[in-house]
Amino acid sequence: MKVVAQYLMVLTLSPLLLGVINRVKAFFGGRKGIPLFQLYRDLFKLLHKTPVYSRSTTWLFRAGPIVGLGAVLCALAIVPFSGRHSFLAFDGDLILMVYLLGLARFATVLAALDTGSSFEDMGASREVQFAVFAEPAFFLALAALARGTGQLSLSAMFAGLTPAVWQSAASVLALVTAALFIVFLAENSRVPVDDPNTHLELTMIHEVMALDHSGPDLAFILYGAALKLWALGALISCAVLPRHSASWFVDSGRFILMMFVLAAAVGVLESIIARLRFLKVPYLLFTAFSFSVLALMFQAAR
Amino acid sequence: MLFSVVSVVVLLFSALLALIFNRSALKTSAVGASGAVIASLTGLIPVVKTLIVPARETLSLPCSLPVGSFSFVLDPLAAFFLVPVFILTAAAALYGVDYLKQFDGKKPLGLAWAMFNVLSASMVVVILSADAVPFLIGWEAMAAASFALVIFEHEKSQVRKAGIIYLVAGGAGALFLLAMFALFGIGSDSLAFSSFTRPAGGLASVAFLCAIMGFGLKAGFVPLHIWLPEAHPAAPSHVSAVMSGVMIKMGIYGLMRALHFLTPWQPWWGWLLITIGVVSGLLGVIFALAQHDLKRLLAYSSIENIGIITLGLGIGVLGVVKAIYPLAALGFAGALLHVVNHALFKGLLFMGAGAVLHAAGTAELEALGGLSKKMPRTAVYFLVGAAAIAGLPPLNGFVSEFFICFGAFTALRAPIQTATGAVLTIAVMAAIGTLASACFAKAFGAVFLGKSRSLKCAAVHEAGPWMGFAMGVLAAACVFIGFASPLLVAPLSAAIACGFGPRLGLEFSAAAGIPLLYISAGALTLAAVLALITVFRKFLLRGRKPAAGPTWDCGYAAPSARMQYGASSFVQPLTDFFQPMLRTQRHYSGLKGFFPAGADFHTEANSVFYNHLYAPAANLIKRLAFRYSWLQHGRLQLYILYIVVALIALLVCKL
Repeated sequence: MKVVAQYLMVLTLSPLLLGVINRVKAFFGGRKGIPLFQLYRDLFKLLHKTPVYSRSTTWLFRAGPIVGLGAVLCALAIVPFSGRHSFLAFDGDLILMVYLLGLARFATVLAALDTGSSFEDMGASREVQFAVFAEPAFFLALAALARGTGQLSLSAMFAGLTPAVWQSAASVLALVTAALFIVFLAENSRVPVDDPNTHLELTMIHEVMALDHSGPDLAFILYGAALKLWALGALISCAVLPRHSASWFVDSGRFILMMFVLAAAVGVLESIIARLRFLKVPYLLFTAFSFSVLALMFQAAR
Repeated sequence: MLFSVVSVVVLLFSALLALIFNRSALKTSAVGASGAVIASLTGLIPVVKTLIVPARETLSLPCSLPVGSFSFVLDPLAAFFLVPVFILTAAAALYGVDYLKQFDGKKPLGLAWAMFNVLSASMVVVILSADAVPFLIGWEAMAAASFALVIFEHEKSQVRKAGIIYLVAGGAGALFLLAMFALFGIGSDSLAFSSFTRPAGGLASVAFLCAIMGFGLKAGFVPLHIWLPEAHPAAPSHVSAVMSGVMIKMGIYGLMRALHFLTPWQPWWGWLLITIGVVSGLLGVIFALAQHDLKRLLAYSSIENIGIITLGLGIGVLGVVKAIYPLAALGFAGALLHVVNHALFKGLLFMGAGAVLHAAGTAELEALGGLSKKMPRTAVYFLVGAAAIAGLPPLNGFVSEFFICFGAFTALRAPIQTATGAVLTIAVMAAIGTLASACFAKAFGAVFLGKSRSLKCAAVHEAGPWMGFAMGVLAAACVFIGFASPLLVAPLSAAIACGFGPRLGLEFSAAAGIPLLYISAGALTLAAVLALITVFRKFLLRGRKPAAGPTWDCGYAAPSARMQYGASSFVQPLTDFFQPMLRTQRHYSGLKGFFPAGADFHTEANSVFYNHLYAPAANLIKRLAFRYSWLQHGRLQLYILYIVVALIALLVCKL
């Protein structure tokens, strides 16, 4: 029952993360900003619109957002909630989770290629390029956690993360968290990798792939992006919240609060640093990879 | 076993009939294809039986050979390799019926069918052999038949070049195998597998290296792979499917059998296999990314997949040596299952490529595009193959890659050396997976999505019914394995127990049983979720008609097909990054003068190893050999003298 409640909470709260990020950015920019719940209204409006399709597209273009959203929904069933077990927790579930996110990416990229627009193809090209550098970093960060906790499922790994582990292996966990944070920014197309606010098609990654989508399809894409933000953010929140109490309500409240703190941190980050040039992004991802490798080395030396 | 013999006999007999009916394309195709299908279905009976109820059947033909015997054995390991051989033979034969029609009247189709069936029969013989002599006979027949098929279109100079490289590689590989079997047979008067004396110490390592060279040349280990991207695209597409799908796996099969005779294993063997796997896997997919030709891209991707298989084998050997059994069991399981999976999706992809080549007359990625509107069925099948080869759930490629990755994760707590191997495996598998998905997004996108880039796509038609059926069967198999992976535990465990010891078989069932149930549940959940979203979308759009318009191009309303991103542009950031390995050559004749006329730019991703390793080596050998060319003067009587002298010398040495 609690597992279902957790999952439903994720489904309802995810779009709010983007609201928080936008409000923080607006605060730093001296603006009032869009309402916190704007994304909910957008989603509702889009679901009731009639889509427009390019004449060069096929069924694949319509299938892309569906597969993208479905794969992320399944990946979320694996992601732990406040160090508690998820729906689909089994040894090796982290591999399934990463590959499900890969499926979502593949579907989005193919839908973009279906339009035959150079701009969308550019975005798709960048998306697959950055994934090549981000995924090994992500896997190795999780490998460091697996070696540290001796567990092979995401839920068990984070459940096994106690304040005692943080005390004895702070350097490892800090490096893992840093690596996860960089991957989180890159995979969710946030600054410094991509700027969701940009309005020049030439310089976009994720947004440009969705240029031709409209109506419910666009709603699926926006909602999927919010869920993905939660999925990867949850790992970071679980990593930095090692203390578990006996009460599910306290734990959940603390965890959700942490998710919004994370969103606020992303907002602050996006307000104070600029986006990197595309050629420099791989270096940032190598940094994440190096953090993961270092974490593994520290863990091995312990 | 009886049915296995029947299937080989049917294959050889139908090959003969196909030659006899050479005059009529219809008859020869009917005979060749039906022979292959009947033989495959017959052959599958004992194979499936052996996999369900593990058993060991032997057969010895009553005819004597100088150092060996015609003895055969069907055990679960052999059965596991026979499954893809038979499935792909049948599917490719059906496909060939439609595909070969374009050559009617221009080519001897009887020969093509005969060689195709001989190729299948020889693979069955190789797998079933329990003696070095029939093994090598099958091996050479396989090389000869596939050579004849590779040079099917020998009027093209590129095909002839591919044929020669292939012939040389095959010959060199066989030499190493002769040496390996000689080492196995030291001190024994027979070359039957059961009478092999196990070489020990340094000799064992030499035998292992001979196996790596001999079988690696067939499998396409980097840097022994150079024949592969030449020969596979040159052959007719249904033959490419069989060659890439199962023939190169004979190298893996041979290596697994050879390892059986080489116990106890050395740790460095495992490390060598891991290194080969990492190098082949990464370089294979990086080279594949840079290709412009669909069939060449698929050939390079075969090298990548052989790399994944070898990586699995490597961590398996390392696991056994270091006594970390879950790692060993999952590594071997991943290698074995990937053999089957790769046969299914690579066969499917080559057939898809053949359908495109057949329909558009070219497999050049920059000239294609938008074919999914004209070939909707082929597009769906190719998409299944592309997603499967990229290792995406819920398809079969994910399951085997999961085994290897999961195996590595189980070994993370091991002592530092083994853990390092595990970490390397995880990182490389992640990199290969994402690179492969980039590569196949490019391949599928360039061929089937967007708008057609040239007039060649205008007259395109859907693939013939048999071609469609063959691809459909393989695509269904890819989906089935992805969803029904728990059913694979028993056969896989039997094959592992047979090849690498009963303990590992049990270890595998224990380690993989529960995760596979969850993966299957996850696949079903995904399917259900997708269906729900689709229904929801239908519900939202009820009674409304979506509008149609042009693609948004920054406000420009008349985008043309030529403004699309090209396939090379799509992967340019990655190929640029890997340029030190790819050494892509750029040819650019720039704009000159005040009234520039034409400009031209093209890139070539040539084989780095061919240009920088083999060509210089061959030149060196040629130079050295010319010094002794006086020995080769063309006088027959002196050649006979050489033979006599050599014989006498050998006899004297023996005495």
